[in-house]
Amino acid sequence: MLDVSVLIGNWDRYMTGFGNTLAISVLALIGSFVIGTLFAVLRIAPNRLLNIIGAAYVEFVRNIPLILIVFLFYNGLPALHLNLNGFVAGTLGLTVYTSAFIAEAIRAGILSVPQGQTEAARSAGLTYVQTMRHIILPQAMRIVIPPLGNQFLNLIKNSSVLGVIAGLDLMYYGDLINLDTFKTFSVYIFVGMFYLILTIPMSFAVNALERRMARSG
Amino acid sequence: MRKMYRNKWFLSGMILMLAAFAVAGCGGREAGNENQSGTGKAASTVETAKERGKLVIGVKFDTNLFGLKDPASGEVKGFDIDIAKAIATKLLGDESKLELKEVTSKTRIPMLQNGDIDAIIATMTVTEERKQQVDFTEVYFNAGQSLLVKKGSPIRSIDDVKKGVKVVAVKGSTSTKNVREKAPDAEVLEFENYQDAFTALKSGKGEVLTTDNSILFGMMKQDPNFEMVGGNFTDEPYGIAVRKGDTEFASFINNLLKEMKENGEYDKLYEQWMGEKPSK
Repeated sequence: MLDVSVLIGNWDRYMTGFGNTLAISVLALIGSFVIGTLFAVLRIAPNRLLNIIGAAYVEFVRNIPLILIVFLFYNGLPALHLNLNGFVAGTLGLTVYTSAFIAEAIRAGILSVPQGQTEAARSAGLTYVQTMRHIILPQAMRIVIPPLGNQFLNLIKNSSVLGVIAGLDLMYYGDLINLDTFKTFSVYIFVGMFYLILTIPMSFAVNALERRMARSG
Repeated sequence: MRKMYRNKWFLSGMILMLAAFAVAGCGGREAGNENQSGTGKAASTVETAKERGKLVIGVKFDTNLFGLKDPASGEVKGFDIDIAKAIATKLLGDESKLELKEVTSKTRIPMLQNGDIDAIIATMTVTEERKQQVDFTEVYFNAGQSLLVKKGSPIRSIDDVKKGVKVVAVKGSTSTKNVREKAPDAEVLEFENYQDAFTALKSGKGEVLTTDNSILFGMMKQDPNFEMVGGNFTDEPYGIAVRKGDTEFASFINNLLKEMKENGEYDKLYEQWMGEKPSK
């Protein structure tokens, strides 16, 4: 049933796709974590305008289908004379999309630290930034790890939408291999296995981190 | 006990009904066969259509420029349709005596052989395999793979598609394989469908789009900033198919095609649909 010759015969294309998906995932992961944290802080900062900016970004981005955001980066930006290839446009789209979910996860984590902690720190003489850095964020991080891990797993899987804008990722090459060999079942089973090679270690890493943080707390 | 009794009646009723259907089905088919062969050996459509006062032609309903059903009016329009109308007018003197039936690439040959339709005008490429099953008329449209570029592009033919040129194509189509063979150094970007591929060409993801000219004509109509260059680099001649042995009808159509080419009607139709004159 499972035809290994599909894997051996198309090893180069599988590897190119796998390497690109890995690169896309790492870049988007770092990017979305930075942007997400920024917007989470904006949403809870003691300033009404910043709150509105943060909320607008999150609500706008997370309520649009990912594929539409990716299309926008790919086919929309050329109107502004910014022509990106599928790989770059796709990675950017994925970063922006995931950052909205990460912002929400981090915001929820911060808010779940009891208000009393802030009050105690502030009355002990710490500034707002010191309170955040030493008291709130370390506690919030522990709470945030499981939902954050979820978002990162979703990110890896969501990177497959790059296949439709010639993003040269695993799914793109999977489609091409399928259309050459017509061994649909085997082709996509191997594609799935390559995704698992990325996602399973990620899953374990998140679990391990969660346990370590729980102990150190 | 009574329940079982009733069930038995029900069952025998069902069997009777099934049997009746089977008999009716057989009868129908036999009648159909008689009809087909009844008017003499290999009755020509030229006569049968006149007797019926109706000509039935299988066309595509989903192919831009050739046979496309307008969802608003329900009317089917295209190059193939106009050729079919010309045949009906010539044969029966009135294009309203033409009946169009939708066919797909899969259904068209069986439908012709069954007698559901009298001819196929449905972007059908003449091939040796198909010649075993149907008779073809002369070629009425020279299809083949060609190149679409932005007007003023330095790419003028398949020979200009060299290393460093990005070619936009559709995933899994034969045109992708053809262009890889003819221009092995070019990078090919493949998209899900024609619309996505054309959008990518428009936004400059590649310099050239390649697929069948019949589809490129449609894209050119959509956006006149693009032009087809270099002619066809593969050959896929479209022919009209008639039932095997229906030579009288085939030569009738051939005469009409010749006539239309001579009096300029063919060129007029071609230009109306493809946006340019046929290349000689």
